[in-house]
Amino acid sequence: MIKRVFLGLPFVFRRFRLTSEQMLLMGVNSLPLVALVSVFTGGVAAVQAVYQISDYVPMRYLGTAVGKAVMIELAPVLTALVVAGRVGAAIAAELGTMKVTEQIDALETLALDPVKYLVIPRFIAGLLMLPVLTIFADTIAILGGLGVSAVSLHVSPHIFLNGLKDFFKMMDLTSGLLKAFVFGSIISIIGCYQGFKTTGGAEGVGRSATRAVVISSGLILISDYVVASILFG
Amino acid sequence: MIEIKDVHKNFGENQVLRGVDLTIQKGETMVIIGRSGCGKSVLLKHIIGLLKPDKGKILVDGEDITSSNEGQLNKLRQKFGMLFQASALFDSMTVDENVGLGLREHTKMPEAEIQEKVRETLKLVGLSGIEEKKPAELSGGMKKRVGLARAIAMDPEYVLYDEPTTGIDPIMADVINELIINLRNTLSITSIAVTHDIVSAYKIADRIAMLYEGKIIFIGTPEETKNTDHPVVRQFIEGSAQGPIPAL
Repeated sequence: MIKRVFLGLPFVFRRFRLTSEQMLLMGVNSLPLVALVSVFTGGVAAVQAVYQISDYVPMRYLGTAVGKAVMIELAPVLTALVVAGRVGAAIAAELGTMKVTEQIDALETLALDPVKYLVIPRFIAGLLMLPVLTIFADTIAILGGLGVSAVSLHVSPHIFLNGLKDFFKMMDLTSGLLKAFVFGSIISIIGCYQGFKTTGGAEGVGRSATRAVVISSGLILISDYVVASILFG
Repeated sequence: MIEIKDVHKNFGENQVLRGVDLTIQKGETMVIIGRSGCGKSVLLKHIIGLLKPDKGKILVDGEDITSSNEGQLNKLRQKFGMLFQASALFDSMTVDENVGLGLREHTKMPEAEIQEKVRETLKLVGLSGIEEKKPAELSGGMKKRVGLARAIAMDPEYVLYDEPTTGIDPIMADVINELIINLRNTLSITSIAVTHDIVSAYKIADRIAMLYEGKIIFIGTPEETKNTDHPVVRQFIEGSAQGPIPAL
């Protein structure tokens, strides 16, 4: 399937509407959930950082600790896990239903390639929207950390932002975005693959959706370790 | 002409087709009858290249569909239309988008002409004014007719019908039967239908073939089928639990 996806990539430009619909579903519609997860992630990161470092590290480094934890690890991984649960399951269920109701066969009888029609738009949407969602999650999580620091931890926003800025490296952001590209590909490919191999009616559709979430989540965590090892090892 | 030659297909241990031989002449309506699960739909899916046989050939106008590559297969598929048992309309698309999909993807027709063609095709199957509806808003009979409209929108030479009258009321079933006959008479379409609805088979068929234990065991006109002495065919058309076919 992966080979057919790459061979069919030029199709995206001919039928951009299919891809833009998926980008909307995968990206824009995931924003509220990602925002909710991110704001609390940032807050928790700030509280935990203060607990762990307050005895031996000055509070001006709180923004540094939260910023790096969010950009490198928390935002890309938690966003990917949320999207895997929300979108990966939906892709597997939608394509699984199409499979068991013979809609995928119907596409083939119309001499249309289901990989081009169904997989590639979802693959491209995953590839592009996960980094966008991750940037959004970075911003919301840092704002969450900043808010909690100011309200509960008595660290002023000025100090927090200075800490964030002083030790910021472009690598912090780009490593997170690189992970997001990888996670986006995993979520869409696994969702499509599970959908395409669905058998056995409604029960099979449910099984495929569950498998898509479990396998994607596992692969997200494994690939997170692999990418981190390559970049920082 | 479609020639099916010694086609075998196994799914694991289950031998579904065990050497099917059948020729469908241009312009005729061939109905393949047989019990549920005997492999009729599997045979139909082989004819349009959705499944590959383990052994044997299927020639469409002399070209072997079983050994075609993706490009050749898609070219051959443009000669076909297929009506699926549960219609298989695309849920996310409107009726207009369903029926016009092949035209939009495979032709350079202007959008206005495509919409006109969709309207004409829907009219041919007795529907109008539903172009903007989604499949979920349609009744079972309407879905079948939209599925039929989608199958014939590209003016195919061959139309395959998978259980065209299953799941709809007897009156709507007869409407579908009339449509199939009408399409053969007006558009000279070659049709292959698989069904276990013997009333429908008698009505639409030029010839009837019976698939039993993975092989074609009988071919004849509807009249010959009604009068045959073949014990398996007799039991099937009489719908009797007693006879050589085990009632499992």
